[in-house]
Amino acid sequence: MTMISLNKETLKIGTEQDVILFRQRLKEYATKIGMSLLNQTKLITASSELVRNILVYAKKGEVLIEVVSDRLQTGIRVTFKDQGPGIADVQKALQDGYSTGKSLGLGLPGAKRLVNFFDIQSTPGHGTTVTIIRWKR
Amino acid sequence: MDRIPILKFGHFLLVTIQVDMYDRLALNLENDLVNAVSKHEARGVLIDISAVSIVDSFMGRIIGNIATMSRIMDAETVVVGMQPAVAITLVELGLPLAGVHTALNVEKGMALLQEKIGLNAHSDAARAEEDDDDQPE
Ligand SMILES: Nc1ncnc2c1ncn2[C@@H]1O[C@H](COP(=O)(O)OP(=O)(O)OP(=O)(O)O)[C@@H](O)[C@H]1O
Ligand SMILES: [Mg+2]
Repeated sequence: MTMISLNKETLKIGTEQDVILFRQRLKEYATKIGMSLLNQTKLITASSELVRNILVYAKKGEVLIEVVSDRLQTGIRVTFKDQGPGIADVQKALQDGYSTGKSLGLGLPGAKRLVNFFDIQSTPGHGTTVTIIRWKR
Repeated sequence: MDRIPILKFGHFLLVTIQVDMYDRLALNLENDLVNAVSKHEARGVLIDISAVSIVDSFMGRIIGNIATMSRIMDAETVVVGMQPAVAITLVELGLPLAGVHTALNVEKGMALLQEKIGLNAHSDAARAEEDDDDQPE
């Protein structure tokens, strides 16, 4: 699949203030390409889970927001990148209810259900990168 | 600044969330509401989220906590005005707000609270009467 990136922006994540700004920017991008309200809600909710994981587990990181297009459709790709502790068993982390933080373990599997494309790369000791795409419709 | 006002309305507490929530704000609201229920011996809590466009797992959990804690203190919680996109997204995320009453708007929410509280009082009375009936004549 050849995909072109039309417009992009990187934001640093380190505080809750950064998260608020990120969600606002994401909303602006999604609105600008005419994404349906339901898909916007799914995209921002999934992103909210993933950006919280950065803050909780890695303390800081960065997100890349891109408007992407293949031949058939246009959407938003968001890449969440941190240099935190990484995840030892990614398959486990993707299961509903798996948490090392005594939480619900909903973030990763829930975010995955809310988007069209989900990829996670993680190396213990080096960090984690999660990439999602939500198409316009 | 990091606080959402809580209004007292007879036996009820009313909270209108006007902005998208972030974690600190949600945590403060949980604390403030639980304290207010106890201080005013409130019987019901009504949370209007019609202006909220994103409810992620953190916020969803906070709403659940408020309902659980309130119930322990003998108060019912009703969430009103949840946007359809938010409701659909919460289900897909895997957090369908089980155990929280919902209503379409504040008016219907008030009616539901009244009914819940009225109903409890009624069933208590009914039980008392039944006990009386059991008494030997
Ligand atoms: N960016 C990250 N860096 C390191 N570990 C992570 C990262 N994201 C997730 N994890 C690990 O994966 C587990 C599952 O993450 P997930 O978001 O699904 O659940 P959670 O954060 O534990 O709970 P919830 O998101 O429901 O509050 C986490 O408990 C954590 O161990
Ligand atoms: Mg999480």
